[in-house]
Amino acid sequence: MPRPFTPKIITANDLLEGDVIYFTDTNSWSRELTEAELIEDEAEAQLRLLEAEKDALRVVGIYLTDAKSGDNGPEPTHFREDFRRTGPSNYRHGKQEAAANV
Amino acid sequence: MYKYNDFDTAFLAERNAQFRAQVERRIDGSLTEDEFKPLRLMNGLYLQLHAYMLRVAIPYGTLNSDQMRALALLAEKWDKGYGHFTTRQNIQYNWPKLRDVPDMLDALAEVGLHAIQTSGNTIRNVTSDHFAAAAKDELTDPRPYAELIRQWSTDHPEFQFLGRKFKIAITGSSTDRAVTRAHDIGLRMVERDGVAGFEVIVGGGLGRTPLIGKVIRDYLPQADLLPYLESVLAVYNLLGRRDNKYKARIKITVLENGIDTIREMVEERFEERRRAFDGTDQLLLEEITAHFTPPKLRGGNVETYLAAYDADPVFRSWADTNLAAHRDDNHAIVTISIKAHGQTPGDATAAQMRGMADLAERFGYNELRISHEQNVILPHVHKSDLPALHAKLKEHGLATANVGLISDIIACPGMDYCALATARSIPVAQEIASRFDELKLEHDVGHLQIKISGCINACGHHHVGHIGILGLDRAGVENYQITLGGDATETAAIGTRTGPGFAYDEIVPAVERLITAYLSLRDSAEETFLQTYRRVGMDPFKAALYPEAQKKVA
Ligand code: HEM
Ligand code: SF4
Repeated sequence: MPRPFTPKIITANDLLEGDVIYFTDTNSWSRELTEAELIEDEAEAQLRLLEAEKDALRVVGIYLTDAKSGDNGPEPTHFREDFRRTGPSNYRHGKQEAAANV
Repeated sequence: MYKYNDFDTAFLAERNAQFRAQVERRIDGSLTEDEFKPLRLMNGLYLQLHAYMLRVAIPYGTLNSDQMRALALLAEKWDKGYGHFTTRQNIQYNWPKLRDVPDMLDALAEVGLHAIQTSGNTIRNVTSDHFAAAAKDELTDPRPYAELIRQWSTDHPEFQFLGRKFKIAITGSSTDRAVTRAHDIGLRMVERDGVAGFEVIVGGGLGRTPLIGKVIRDYLPQADLLPYLESVLAVYNLLGRRDNKYKARIKITVLENGIDTIREMVEERFEERRRAFDGTDQLLLEEITAHFTPPKLRGGNVETYLAAYDADPVFRSWADTNLAAHRDDNHAIVTISIKAHGQTPGDATAAQMRGMADLAERFGYNELRISHEQNVILPHVHKSDLPALHAKLKEHGLATANVGLISDIIACPGMDYCALATARSIPVAQEIASRFDELKLEHDVGHLQIKISGCINACGHHHVGHIGILGLDRAGVENYQITLGGDATETAAIGTRTGPGFAYDEIVPAVERLITAYLSLRDSAEETFLQTYRRVGMDPFKAALYPEAQKKVA
C-alpha cells in the first residue's frame, strides 16, 4: 500500500530581502504562511513546484515542505518551519517585527 | 597595528567594485542563483533562515576605534542595530538586504576591513590570541605572522579551491587562548636555544569528527613559516579527499594517512618550496612587524585603582573576574563581557560598539580585540583608569562581571538564524545564564566554560567546553546532548558524551543538576569543574543527570 501523502507547501527566500516567503494558489509569493497554498496531492505538488521555480530569478532556494491544515490556513509540522514562520527567538525581528508594526 | 598600503587599498576597492557589478547582474536577472552563490560566498554573504547574513573578518581579532565604529555604522545603517561576534573572530550581520551589501563592503574598506575568505574552501580568517602583545606569559606577538599569513593566503591561486575550508590559529603565549589544537593548522611560538620559532600542529578540528591536532614539527624557524605552510597545504591539496565532503578536512587526511607519512611528504616538499622563497616574505614581515610596535605605556601610580578596589565591592568583583595580568604591572588587560545575563552571547548593539570604541580611545591606546569566546578586550589599560572605565562600562550595560564563569557561554546562532542548524542554541544559553544569575551561584561555582552548538558542525566549540551542549533534531523535536570534560587550552581535550539527550525544557535543569553535583563533589572551592571531572570521572555526573536510570538499576 502506498504511504499516505503528507500535505505540502512551497517555500523560499526572497532574493532582495532574504526573508521567508510562501507560494500561493494564485502563483504569487506571500510572506504569510497562512496564505500559502496547501497541496494535498503528490503529483500536484511536483507540478506546483515547477510552476514556482519559474520565479527562480526573483526568489532563492525553492522547496516543498510538510504542512498541515489549521484554523487559519496551513501550519508547520516541524519546528524548523515554525521558526522560519515566526523569526528568531532572541529578538522580535523578522516576521515578528513586521507583525508588531501593523 | 597593520596599516593598509596603496596596494591593499586598491585591491579592496577593485574587489568591491567587482562584487557590486555581480550583485547588479543577479538582481537584473543576468546571473542565476547557481552562478551567483559562489560569488557572494567569496564575499562573505550567506543566505540564512530569515535573511542574508554578512560575515566580516576581524583579522587576528585586532581592531582600532575607527574600525569598531565602522562595525557600529554597518549595524545601524544597514542592519537592525546590532552585530554578532563569533568564535572565529568575525562579526556577522543578520539582516542585510542584497542591494545594500556592496555599500557595506565599501564602508568596511574605508577602514581596512573586508569579508574576503570568510567563507568557501579557502584559508579562512587567521585567528590569534586575543591577549596578544599584552599577556604576561607571551614570548612574541604572534600578529605580525598572522598578518603575513593573511597577505600570503588572500587570493593565493593555489589555495582558493581546497577540498574544504582551512583554518589557521596562532599564539605567542604558553597559555593557549587560541584553541590551536582544534584547528587545521595551529602555530605556537616556542623557544629553542633562546630563539623563538613555531611548534606546528596539524589536523585538529571540531565538527562531525572532532580531533585534537598532532604536532608535525616541534620547532620551525620563523623564516620558514610560509614555505612550510605552503608545503602542508600542498600535501593536503594532493591527498585530501574530494569524494566525500565529510572526509575532506585535513584532520581526516592526517587520520587516514598517519602523521608520519604526512610529515615525510611535507618535509620533502618543504625542501623544494623553501628554495623558491627568495626572502621577499621576510622583508615584508619586517615591514609588517614595524606596524605592531606596542603602544608607549604610560607610567604613573595605581592608587586610584587600589582605593576603588578596597572601597567598592561591585568594582572589586568586576576587577577580580574580568581583568587579566598585563606584562606591565601598572596595566591590566580588560575583558568586556558582552554576555549580560539573558542576552545573546556575542551580540553588541551599535551604541555599545561605539561606546567601546570611545573607551578604547580614551583609556586603551586605541586598541580593541575580539576573542573567540565572543567578548571584547581592551588589551592595555592603565590601572588608575580602571575605576573610570568601569563606571562608563556600567552606563553602556557592559560591566557584567562574568568572564570565565558559567554565564560566559559560547553559543553559535543555531536555528534562530542558521540554515544548517538542527536546534536552537541562543535561548538555551540565555536561560542557563539567567537561571544561575537567579541562583546567585555563579561566582561560587567559579571557572566553568559552557559551549553550545546548534548542530554537529560545532561552530559553538561544544566539544571543547567543560560542559558542551549540542542541539539536535530527534523526530521533529529539539533535543540536547551533553558532553563533559572538553578543554580548549594547551591541555586540549574532546569532551565525552554523558548519554541520552534532553528535551528543550529539560536541558537547563540538567545543567543545574551537573552544577549541584560538582559543588558537592569538589575538594575545595579552588578545585574547578574541569579538575573535579578529571579527578572523579563521568559516573557521579551521570548519576546526577539521569536519576531515573539509577533508580531502575537499584
Ligand atoms: C552561516 C552560518 C554558519 C554556517 C553555514 C557554518 C557552517 C559550518 C560548517 C559546515 C562547519 C563544519 C565544517 C567541517 O567540519 O568541515 C562549521 C564549523 C565551524 N564553524 Fe561554522 N558556520 C556558521 C556560523 C558560524 C559561527 C557564527 C561561528 C562562530 C560562532 C562559526 C565557527 C565555526 C567553528 C569554530 C567551526 C568548527 C571548527 C572546525 O572548523 O573544525 N561558524 N561551520
Ligand atoms: S554549529 Fe551548526 S547551527 Fe551552529 S552556526 Fe554552525 S552550522 Fe549553524
